[in-house]
Amino acid sequence: MPNVMLRNNAAGELTFYITKKDHEETVVALEHAGPGTWGGEMELSDGSRFYLEPFAQPPKLPLTVRVKRL
Amino acid sequence: MSMNRQETEQLIQEVLEVYPEATGKQRAKHLMANDPTLEKSNKCIVANKKALPGVMTARGCAYAGAKGVVWGPVKDVVNISHGPVGCGQFSRAGRRNYITGHSGVNVFADMNFTSDFQEKDVVFGGDKKLAKIIAEIDTLFPLAKGVTVQSECPIGLIGDDIEAVAKKSAKEIGKPVVPVRCEGFRGVSQSLGHHVANDSLRDWILHNRDDDNSFESTPYDVAITGDYNIGGDAWSSRVLIEEMGLRVIAQWSGDGSIPEMQTTRHAKLNLLHCYRSMNYISRHLEEKYGIPYLEYNFFGPTQIAASLRKIAAHFDDTIKANAERVIARHQPMQDAIIAKYRPRLEGKRVMLFVGGLRPRHVIGAYEDLGMEIIGAGYEFAHNDDYDRTFKELQDGALIYDDATSFELEAFVERLKPDLIGSGIKEKYVFHKMGIPFRQMHSWDYSGPYHGYDGFAVFARDMDMTINNPCWKNMQAPWKRAGAETLQQVA
Ligand code: SF4
Repeated sequence: MPNVMLRNNAAGELTFYITKKDHEETVVALEHAGPGTWGGEMELSDGSRFYLEPFAQPPKLPLTVRVKRL
Repeated sequence: MSMNRQETEQLIQEVLEVYPEATGKQRAKHLMANDPTLEKSNKCIVANKKALPGVMTARGCAYAGAKGVVWGPVKDVVNISHGPVGCGQFSRAGRRNYITGHSGVNVFADMNFTSDFQEKDVVFGGDKKLAKIIAEIDTLFPLAKGVTVQSECPIGLIGDDIEAVAKKSAKEIGKPVVPVRCEGFRGVSQSLGHHVANDSLRDWILHNRDDDNSFESTPYDVAITGDYNIGGDAWSSRVLIEEMGLRVIAQWSGDGSIPEMQTTRHAKLNLLHCYRSMNYISRHLEEKYGIPYLEYNFFGPTQIAASLRKIAAHFDDTIKANAERVIARHQPMQDAIIAKYRPRLEGKRVMLFVGGLRPRHVIGAYEDLGMEIIGAGYEFAHNDDYDRTFKELQDGALIYDDATSFELEAFVERLKPDLIGSGIKEKYVFHKMGIPFRQMHSWDYSGPYHGYDGFAVFARDMDMTINNPCWKNMQAPWKRAGAETLQQVA
């Protein structure tokens, strides 16, 4: 369950940053992208997949969350 | 004559041959030929890994990153180098982080404070001594805004509880006391020290005045982070930002202070120069206070102009127009500098091996002078730094991560650059090899190099290094061609 920071980069893409590893990837697919439920399964640009407990509303970014590696 | 990717790969193979097989395999992952089309580095280069036993690395320790880089320049705190005297004394003032104020009265960044551990402190613990030192500092230096405890190796080894001392002493003296767990053995390089120091700023300083709203902010407030004012770098950057109508409310951490750091939350934009050492706190500022950060580059007129425009794009049209005016005012002066030095430097080939940011940041400044970067590498960069490097560097250029002293010398022997920019540990080796060298950590006792004013100094320094007449006198007079006739005359 790594701690990651989600943020929108200058190009408007959602980025995924693993604080401990200085590892930054863009999110290429998000299960629930809002409006309404936001989160769920996400796929990163390097092919790895994570699960984020969905929010009822899209949260304000940047935000540090805990995710599960799938 | 720059090399193409294949030639570079071949050079890497040849240099690696001398290593035992296992070492060679490991080191191969840290070396590559540049491909500017790459977006991601994690597939092609390994970074931020422990140096191998048996090879000489140029890296420093976590204490160096925390005390030397991030906390050291903060002028109004007293940084105690907690442990034996050497670490503090040998890292004192070497980076020339300039400050304003009266040394020992209201600024302390140029002094050395240490708990000077002796055998008995290691045996019986140093917590009592630390508490006493903090009380003494408060009596002697009442204008200090806080105290930090920068742990050296022994503190972690003997298990002293500096957090408890810090909490207790902070109450007693009524000022923040920050325990920084930056023991030198933590992590693989000074890079972890940056992170630890950023986290300590976040946890012990930043939020202390969150309920104090007496600061009157304007829509044009910005903060400069990741500028350590080496030789005055932050000042020569600051004037440009102010000239375009923005107000700099905080400098992190060159010539910076605790109150400035605490007012940073009022900034509208956070300008981040050294991404490697301060991205952590910048990300935190963005998450907690909603201050976006912008990476910029103030080396050389091309990059400066691009950065000024990028900064202005975050503000209204007046600021945008001002940015153009600033660029227009400085351009003729920059053109004059280039006209003077470019003919003397055109086509010179440079190899760089520095910290975690500069090899990619200074490329533009060299190119403005018509020079070419044929090799670049970092001591302690991470993969996100390499992601940002590929685009800046020419195709086929050699990239080396945490190069060993053997590799660096071997590459230099083969590539024969006209200039090497690296640290003090490399400087005299290359001088003895007869190659012009600039120490690019603290500008070889020169500077500033940031901003338009800095470029004038940069260009002059590169010229006086490369075109110094001493390089023609590397051979003893009696070994030179034509020496025999000389002898006969005598
Ligand atoms: S490694 Fe330890 S002993 Fe050496 S300078 Fe760093 S803190 Fe001091």
